[in-house]
Amino acid sequence: MTTDRRSLLKGFAAAAATMTVVSTPAAARERKKAPSDAVGLLYDATKCVGCKACVVKCKEINALQADRRADKLYDAPEGLNEYTKNVIQLARDGGEESYVKKQCMHCVDPACVGACMLGALQKGQFGIVKYDVERCVGCRYCQMACPFNVPKFEWTSRAPKIIKCELCKERLAEGKQPGCTEVCPRKAVIFGKYDELLAEAHQRLSAEPQKYVPKVYGEHDLGGTQVLYLSHIPFESLGFRFSGERAVPDVQQTVQHGIYKGFAGPVALYALLGAVMFRNRKKGADE
Amino acid sequence: MRTQARPMGGPLLTRSYVVLLGLAALAFIIIVWRFAAGLGPTTALSDGYPWGVWIAFDVVTGTALACGGYAMALLVYIFNKGKYHPLVRPAILTSALGYSIAGLSVMIDIGRPWNAWKLPIQVWKWNVNSALLEVALCIMAYCVVLYLELVPALLEKYKGEKTTIGRIADRVLPLFDKALIFIVAFGILLPTMHQSSLGSLMMLTGPKLHPLWFSPLLPLLFLVGCVMMGFAIVVFEATFSAKAFGHKPETPMLRNLAKLSAWFSALFVIIRVVDLGVRGSLGYAFTLDTYGVMFWIETLLFLAPLLILYTKTKHYSLGNIFRQAMLLAFAGALYRFDTYLVAFNPGPGYHYFPAVPELLVTIGLVAGEIAIYIFVVKKFPIVGGELPAHA
Repeated sequence: MTTDRRSLLKGFAAAAATMTVVSTPAAARERKKAPSDAVGLLYDATKCVGCKACVVKCKEINALQADRRADKLYDAPEGLNEYTKNVIQLARDGGEESYVKKQCMHCVDPACVGACMLGALQKGQFGIVKYDVERCVGCRYCQMACPFNVPKFEWTSRAPKIIKCELCKERLAEGKQPGCTEVCPRKAVIFGKYDELLAEAHQRLSAEPQKYVPKVYGEHDLGGTQVLYLSHIPFESLGFRFSGERAVPDVQQTVQHGIYKGFAGPVALYALLGAVMFRNRKKGADE
Repeated sequence: MRTQARPMGGPLLTRSYVVLLGLAALAFIIIVWRFAAGLGPTTALSDGYPWGVWIAFDVVTGTALACGGYAMALLVYIFNKGKYHPLVRPAILTSALGYSIAGLSVMIDIGRPWNAWKLPIQVWKWNVNSALLEVALCIMAYCVVLYLELVPALLEKYKGEKTTIGRIADRVLPLFDKALIFIVAFGILLPTMHQSSLGSLMMLTGPKLHPLWFSPLLPLLFLVGCVMMGFAIVVFEATFSAKAFGHKPETPMLRNLAKLSAWFSALFVIIRVVDLGVRGSLGYAFTLDTYGVMFWIETLLFLAPLLILYTKTKHYSLGNIFRQAMLLAFAGALYRFDTYLVAFNPGPGYHYFPAVPELLVTIGLVAGEIAIYIFVVKKFPIVGGELPAHA
């Protein structure tokens, strides 16, 4: 029995070793860049007065109902939710306060797009992360994956959809700008080409360095986002839990591509299994 | 056939059987309610915790507990240990039922199940980067393979009969014998792929997953874990069914399987600890928070069976084997459950504890699974009786 077990363990060890070698990522995945036609938003927390005009306009354009669950009076969403693709929140950092606008960040390398089985979420024209309900099975993997908790699910619907900002892509097609930037009375949020917004953000930082935290959130964070932020309080206090340059899908796709490159691994494994069993059948069972 | 499998017979509608059916019926009623009212009113799920017990337990943990068929196929067909053949059929049956429950749970859990047919059909829409797509397709294909592997057991009963089904059995069974290699090869390839990908899945939650669980080796850990659980569950099941149906347990074989399972648990712990060390995340294990504590509970559960193995070598009785298998199955289950729920932190403001209807559905589905298992084992030749003398 001992020799028996030894040979068996040897076999398993060999199999495990093979698998480790196969799963060792060959090379890290290339860092993605925003598409050349990329557009985006630049939100400057120092300019926002919290009037919520953008919230109202967003609901009107997207035909979303008022969320009266919190105060039973008027639209008062507690955050992004199935009725709210854009929201203004009050953030605190010690004694200091700031408003913060939340909507889809339109990541350069979005986790939701990597998650989505049939491509219901995809990066489309202008780098906008768009949603196609016909391809959605409602699995909610996008919600698991999104580091900003942006995609929302219609929990009380029999035919639920994913709800998220698509940067008013229909309005852009008509040559208009998104609703939120159009109505903002203080130009706290502006719409434009991604490169120009990034340059504008840096220009503001260098013009009034005492006013800002010295960083454009979204320039590099989590692989970069097409929505950029400037703030006078730390970005963590605005509710951005994560920073760092690595895009969320990076580790997973590096590993998975290592294992499944060209689907050669599975095909080879199948052939190997078949061959071993064929030999076993010829040889007869061990005991 | 060396298996000498035979129907266990005996009365079907015992009192406990009626309880199982009752629980399954209750689950069915709740499922109807879920489709009428949506997921919000019937579950504790939220935008922060979009996956609850139906995914973390029924699918992720349930399919690993259903890896008996996978583990036994590896042992018998690849490592050519033919003497374990009597344990294959019951393992395949539990695997088929376990995976069916997982598939059913997914259909209950997803918001737009009427779009699910597109997954295997609309190939041109496939996102080849999606680990979930791979899991979904592999699980669908594996269900087909498991039921194919079961066909001989179901047809054997009618062999030689002068009825239509008897003639079909006589015609089809030799074909299955010829095709067996190709079917079984899929029966090993597919779980290797999707069980590892169940680990890869959670890599995409990135920073939301605690560093003690997040790892580029998640696929390897999930794979080793499921083989361990597969052997453990075969031991558990064989011991249990020997008691329940009053036949002699295959003690020497179960002892070896239990040992094998324990070696896999050791391999698991080594991979995990070395990986955490290499990536400099081991420090989190010594932080006294929920995560640190859960990590140690898991690790001790993985290691305890090895202790049993070493201290009880002289009295490695069936009872000890059984306890050890239970511990290992539980250890593997907890690790998976933690990876999907406890170690997943969507941020402040979100909480999840399964709602009563959610739990009743899970309990009812498992009850239904056990009821079908008992029915099939009593009516069809699945479980082997006495061991053949020459084994």
